[in-house]
Amino acid sequence: MMSSNVLATRGGEQSPLLLSAPLMSDNGAEWRDWLLLLKPRVVSLVVFTGWIGLYLAPGHLNPVLAFTAILCIAVAAGSAGAINMWYERDIDALMHRTRKRPIPAGRIEPGAALGFGVALAVGSVLVMWLATNAAAATILALSICFYVFVYTIWLKRRTPQNIVIGGAAGAFPPLIGWAAVTGSVDVLPLLLFGIVFFWTPPHFWALSLYACKDYTRAGVPMLPVVAGARETRRQIFAYTLVLTVVAVLPWMLGYTGPIYGVSASVLSLAFVACSWRVLTDRQDGSGVSLTEDRPAKLTFRYSLAYLAAMFVAIAADHAVRAL
Amino acid sequence: MSDEFPPRPTPVQAAEVNRRQRGRNVALIVALGSLALLFFAITIVKLGHLG
Repeated sequence: MMSSNVLATRGGEQSPLLLSAPLMSDNGAEWRDWLLLLKPRVVSLVVFTGWIGLYLAPGHLNPVLAFTAILCIAVAAGSAGAINMWYERDIDALMHRTRKRPIPAGRIEPGAALGFGVALAVGSVLVMWLATNAAAATILALSICFYVFVYTIWLKRRTPQNIVIGGAAGAFPPLIGWAAVTGSVDVLPLLLFGIVFFWTPPHFWALSLYACKDYTRAGVPMLPVVAGARETRRQIFAYTLVLTVVAVLPWMLGYTGPIYGVSASVLSLAFVACSWRVLTDRQDGSGVSLTEDRPAKLTFRYSLAYLAAMFVAIAADHAVRAL
Repeated sequence: MSDEFPPRPTPVQAAEVNRRQRGRNVALIVALGSLALLFFAITIVKLGHLG
């Protein structure tokens, strides 16, 4: 019988265990699978940007409460990731990049993943409220709802603008960190929000250029699928230019010093250079790369380093100015 | 092959399932213990502010 001979897999490895279907649904998951539901790599970036918001905010927050706030941001981001994996389990199973995730691989039941995500989402918002204030808890709840309802359920399968609008979900953490300390929102965290917001489209579109087949197979209307590679290259370049302007605004408006200003300028110009290479990559008539999308892969990797370096720069600038 | 459904797990399968369950139980204990400690610490800090 087919169903009694399903081989349990994790990543590229195969477990020596042949599991029957009932066993797999009830006992196939390891604790690591539940951790994978939380998208730990995404969470690490969210934690970092959230901590920067908390660090830059005027005022003082007890270290225990600061730790709790960061933990809540991490858990909330993870919970949104788990609910996202529950909703997208059908398209995850079709895409090479995601088919080994715990739900499509059959290691965790969809209903259990949803319950896990919702419990963590509610818990993280309540604990944030308990430990800090209502403003931070409200923005945290808003960010979860935005990611789940606006990005995952509403936009992702309907419009190539999914990444543009949905990018706001990943931009909330600096606001939450700031609000945890001050109980309000100010211009600087809104500028940080803007940096992450305008960084998201070139970051994901660079990935989607070389993962286009996956998105086509899954029917996700990413920009290269709907508008073609050539238009995607133009959009990546245009958004990188806008990002460059937004990136230097904190310096130009006097919220940061020259350390951040120079760093942001250099890092952003390098990003523009990367996206220029994507725009001018050798391509066929429809804009498909003839170089195996090497510039797009480089831009995707650089964009990750760019965001981390930008937030390190603003923290360093703040630390020097505080001396 | 037995017609029993669901098929009875072999000793190797049963041992593997037990190992996974044990791992999940340990992770759950660690998570719950950490949460209890966190609530304790938050309470102490909040009471300290009141004092």
